[in-house]
Amino acid sequence: MAAASTYKLSATRLNRLFLAGELSAVEITESVLQRIKTVEPKVTAFLTITAERALERAKKLDSRRRAGDTELGALAGVPVAIKDNLCTDGVPTTCASQILKGYVPPYDATVVERLHGSGALIVGKTNMDEFAMGSSGENSSFGVTRNPWDPNRVPGGSSSGSAAAVAAEEVPISLGSDTGGSVRQPAALCGVVGLKPTYGYVSRYGLVAFASSLDQIGPFARDVEDCARLFSVIAGPDRRDSTNAGRTPPAIKFGGEPSLKGVKLGVPREYFAAGIDSEVKARLDEAIRQLQALGASVAECSLPHTEHALAAYYIIAPAEASANLARFDGVKYGHRTSGASGLLEMYGKSRAEGFGPEVKRRIMIGTYALSSGYYDAYYKKAQQVRTLVMRDFEAAFAQFDALVTPTSPIPAWGLGEKTEDPLTMYLADVCTIPINLAGVPALSVPCGFAGGLPVGMQLIGKHFDDHKLLQYAWAYEKVTNHAAARPALEGGL
Amino acid sequence: MALTRNQVEHVARLARLSLSEAEKETYTEQLSRILEHVESMNRLDTSNVPPTYQAVALQNVLRADQPHQSLDRDKLLAQAPDHEAGCVKVPKITEG
Repeated sequence: MAAASTYKLSATRLNRLFLAGELSAVEITESVLQRIKTVEPKVTAFLTITAERALERAKKLDSRRRAGDTELGALAGVPVAIKDNLCTDGVPTTCASQILKGYVPPYDATVVERLHGSGALIVGKTNMDEFAMGSSGENSSFGVTRNPWDPNRVPGGSSSGSAAAVAAEEVPISLGSDTGGSVRQPAALCGVVGLKPTYGYVSRYGLVAFASSLDQIGPFARDVEDCARLFSVIAGPDRRDSTNAGRTPPAIKFGGEPSLKGVKLGVPREYFAAGIDSEVKARLDEAIRQLQALGASVAECSLPHTEHALAAYYIIAPAEASANLARFDGVKYGHRTSGASGLLEMYGKSRAEGFGPEVKRRIMIGTYALSSGYYDAYYKKAQQVRTLVMRDFEAAFAQFDALVTPTSPIPAWGLGEKTEDPLTMYLADVCTIPINLAGVPALSVPCGFAGGLPVGMQLIGKHFDDHKLLQYAWAYEKVTNHAAARPALEGGL
Repeated sequence: MALTRNQVEHVARLARLSLSEAEKETYTEQLSRILEHVESMNRLDTSNVPPTYQAVALQNVLRADQPHQSLDRDKLLAQAPDHEAGCVKVPKITEG
């Protein structure tokens, strides 16, 4: 009983309809692929579309269901898109970089294995800022993804394609990665839900590393229930990632009367400081009143080291990146220059030709911060500031169950508006970066519009309280109609 | 702190990046401004603060030392820009 609008359904509903035999996996996949074909020229969210592989898996899934298999999985029959820094066996994985153009990984990332194991159908790999470095998607070396709400604006980044694909109803759910806000910020700018899980909850095996002590893979969805469903599939123990916490999240149940009775919420004043858009602030104020109406107690609080978190991040992340990206040297995989007579020249030229300007900039900052004579002044200092940022959160969580902030101080900005000066782009991440330094979980949930552009509310929780954040966000979502809002792509861009 | 062009060239060598003259110029200016911003950290007294290298305290994660199936050699070599006789091939490693 496939309808033309099958692609619009949520992951939870698609899974139910598939398991009940009311929709086949092939019908669902075909509907989604048709939708991608229609809107992709306007959005450009994908770098690779894996239509044949998805249809092949869908056929197998349909036969298994017809044969009476009852272990088909929580995402059986659900199409999903994944960021192009997640390794996929036999499918190109480029990190949107020339240096990995044409690279085909020989193995699957753990999250990809888990998706396959849950019956999900991967329909493609999404565009991103090169090596996940950026806040607008414009640092991709394979083209620009547009914000489905306004084609002349950025979708946010670095998981630009994964956020835009979900907002444009190309897929119900997707995966991104978040090192300093790269899931939450594009989720906010595109009007979808995005979760940065607790550091260590989701295995990083097969995620091309940017900053290993900050990176975490996270889900995008159009509603909180779908976000939780995808999180439950990807989180859990994995011995191939030695920083994995080895914990399985508790089962997350939704239902009943939405209520936040007894929940203590803090509002850190530093996140509402100068630079916040007045309409963004107004939407947050309204959201906070709605949280109170749901029964939560709300009080102002302070995270005093917030302004220094950004500075610490822009040393720590590039330092880790400069080490992680040393592996791209033209030897074992990726781009190798054609014009080098010796090994050192081959390294230098291959890297210069393969990396884009932002990646080079961060490798330079990181290499400088780790170089002899500067290590204590920059790298060690930043790690000490990181301790202070973590203590801020510990002190706040001694008093509160969760913190409420804007996800981004501003809504989506114009394409090309912030590309001239890297520092102004860095400052856009001020609300999301401290969370990665502390390793705590945070999600962004839509809370209305500013000048027709989506605004996101960020909920920050204690380590391994991801399920609580999802429950709070679910209650909020139930008493608002933001999750139902969709961009009018059909109207033509 | 303002970086000099010499410093930028030194860092580029450490990072194995053959930068163009135009890139050296841009990065000298941009990195100086980024470092200037980052130096706001110096206003904080951190003399008694221990550094944090990892947010979720895990230490010495061990596994049993058992042999297991590794990735297929031919599949890995197929990704190398150049290979010969089961080995990755690179340009000459001694100069001159």
